[in-house]
Amino acid sequence: MRTIRAAAAGAVVMSLALAATACGGGSSTDGEGSNDSPKTLTYWASNQGASIEIDKKVLQPELDKFEKQTGIKVKLEVVPWSDLLNRILTATTSGQGPDVLNIGNTWSASLQATGALLPWDDANFAKIGGKDRFVASALGSTGAEGKDPAAVPLYSMAYALYYNKEIFADAGITKPPATWDELVADGKKIQAKGKQVLGAEGANVSENVHHVFTFAKQHGADFFTADGKPDFTSDGAVAAVKQYVDLMAKDKAIPVGNAEYAQNQSVSDFAKGKTAMLLWQSASANLKSQGMSEDAYGIAPVPVQSGAPGTGKQVNSMVAGINISVFKNSDNLDGATKFVKFMTSDEEQKILNTAYSSIPPVAAAQTDAAFNSPATAVLKDTLAKSAAALPQVADESQFETAVGTAVKELFADAAAGRAVTTASVKARLEKAQQQMPAA
Amino acid sequence: MTTTIERGRPGVRPVKAAPPGRRPGRIRRIGLPYLLLLPALVLELLVHLVPMVIGIVMSFKELTQFYIRDWGTAPWAGLDNYKLSVDFNAPVGEALLDSFLVTVAFTLLSVGLCWLIGTAAAIFMQDTFRGRGLLRALFLVPYALPVYAAVITWVFMFQHDNGLVNHVLHDQLGITDKPSFWLIGDNSFWALLTVSVWKGWPFAFLIVMAGLQNIPRELYEAAALDGAGIWQQIRRITLPSLSPVNQVLVLVLFLWTFNDFNTPYVLFGKAAPEAADLISVHIYQASFVTWNFGAGSAMSVLLLLFLLAVTGVYLALTSRGRRPADA
Repeated sequence: MRTIRAAAAGAVVMSLALAATACGGGSSTDGEGSNDSPKTLTYWASNQGASIEIDKKVLQPELDKFEKQTGIKVKLEVVPWSDLLNRILTATTSGQGPDVLNIGNTWSASLQATGALLPWDDANFAKIGGKDRFVASALGSTGAEGKDPAAVPLYSMAYALYYNKEIFADAGITKPPATWDELVADGKKIQAKGKQVLGAEGANVSENVHHVFTFAKQHGADFFTADGKPDFTSDGAVAAVKQYVDLMAKDKAIPVGNAEYAQNQSVSDFAKGKTAMLLWQSASANLKSQGMSEDAYGIAPVPVQSGAPGTGKQVNSMVAGINISVFKNSDNLDGATKFVKFMTSDEEQKILNTAYSSIPPVAAAQTDAAFNSPATAVLKDTLAKSAAALPQVADESQFETAVGTAVKELFADAAAGRAVTTASVKARLEKAQQQMPAA
Repeated sequence: MTTTIERGRPGVRPVKAAPPGRRPGRIRRIGLPYLLLLPALVLELLVHLVPMVIGIVMSFKELTQFYIRDWGTAPWAGLDNYKLSVDFNAPVGEALLDSFLVTVAFTLLSVGLCWLIGTAAAIFMQDTFRGRGLLRALFLVPYALPVYAAVITWVFMFQHDNGLVNHVLHDQLGITDKPSFWLIGDNSFWALLTVSVWKGWPFAFLIVMAGLQNIPRELYEAAALDGAGIWQQIRRITLPSLSPVNQVLVLVLFLWTFNDFNTPYVLFGKAAPEAADLISVHIYQASFVTWNFGAGSAMSVLLLLFLLAVTGVYLALTSRGRRPADA
């Protein structure tokens, strides 16, 4: 009897304790941040390298360096892309997030709208050396216009056309295509040699959006009106999406099998020499890890409709990249700011961007010799002259999903041999637009 | 609870067996079961009821990215989220209805096939033969594998260019005139169904096999003496005897399959093809990808009501006429 009573009492205490902790969780949800724990930081890094292990190897020595300098220990977690946005959302809701985190730069405005990220006003920017240190195009994707940025640029990237030199030589092509017509014409020669023309990730929603965004720019269209309302069905937008999907449906440049690619299989195809061309951002490190030597391929600007890349209709890439942000309710705001300063310092920018074959968004670091190879020169040039940021609106994340999914379905149509017409494209885009939350 | 109070109240009901002066012990004895139940009740409250109530509250709120940080401050939406979900002429409702119909068709087929294959296998395994143990263990492999690993393997097999499925159907057997797409487009429904049945039938097998153990052998022996063949034995003895087991089995399979999230998510990613857009992934998309948590909650509540209704009707139908001792 005595034991039963003790057990019962224990059970009651346990359940009460459980209830108490469950209610007590998330105590800092409404907290506006402090410097209560100045010795530690938690950092969520996005997966940049070929694997999470590689990322840890790249980042840990730098974090150790930071600890030596400041005495602040940084706990690192590398988060895979597929989980990152959900993890950030969960952290936002619970208030139990990291102190510092990486975000995809296209999400800046969406995450800014949650109010969970520390705004980078002039005072905060002054702590990391000022806004002027950063390249303008990178700053363009740090939050909605007219608001203090929600993030600081960390790694910049742009799309380029990767082409296999040997396949080109075999097909008698002397220079990479500068326009889409040239690409399609070259494709015919490449196919005659039994090779695939252009790789794509037809089932990857974000990848699809990046490409149709660029095509839309080249058609003089945008996916949002000036006051931030979705506008997916304008003639330009429809023509842009159709032109991209037609690379598979009509021009047969993209192999039908690519319609179901979503795990970077197109990069593997290119690395294996199955495909002659690939539109990708900063693929060098990835290609190297798959055993493709650097002289086997060339890098050229993404084609345009006619002429040379530039601003306006000559835009040929989105401003791709990763930003670094601070959770507003961090218990180590000063330490977090110091860490952002460290990560965006000239020295660290060189080390990290070299490791990830990206371009430093910090102007001073960009001039370093490491970023003057012909390959990086193309990316640098694109970022400086002919890249545009995806719409910096609060609904950006939803737009990526809605339009990216529409393009995925269109690719599925094309792969199944169903006709892709202006009407069918418009219908898909209309549906995508109607699924956007009512403003 | 009421019983405790009544019994505890002095003089209301004379308790014969209570020796005088032992009242505190009696209270303790009667209170103890409730005390022991308390942890379970508290956990149930925390794990199920509280989140459910929060979910219902959320479904009446306009909960978007602007309010998720402090969702209590989100403005009330009234019935807007529900109206949005059930307006089948507008895109959101239409897509939800499509997804619901796909899920119903998928669930009926999957549960039916799982049950059929599982029962057939269990009956087949009833007789002892050489290698039965090994075969039985093999049958359970799909059930024992981690879902993610198993489904990822299926993803590889369903690949258009290098997948085993196309290799067999097209290259070896020549059934299809060109390699088919399984992970995008209309065929995705059949791919999903295949994986679901592959994954689900061993559970049916396991349960039916357990149910078979309870059928007395004498019944079969007597039937055999009376000249009943194997089919008659299955129809007259096995299936009727399995009926209580089957009732639970089908219900559980139905609920699992209807709510299955892992299989379609691993198979297709967050943007499932329309033909295989199961409702759980659809609601996930509405909430976590479109960031409209209010509408997502409303859809979840509707789904919950539907499943409660189906389960209620099913239980009412299947338990009718059963003796209470069976229940």
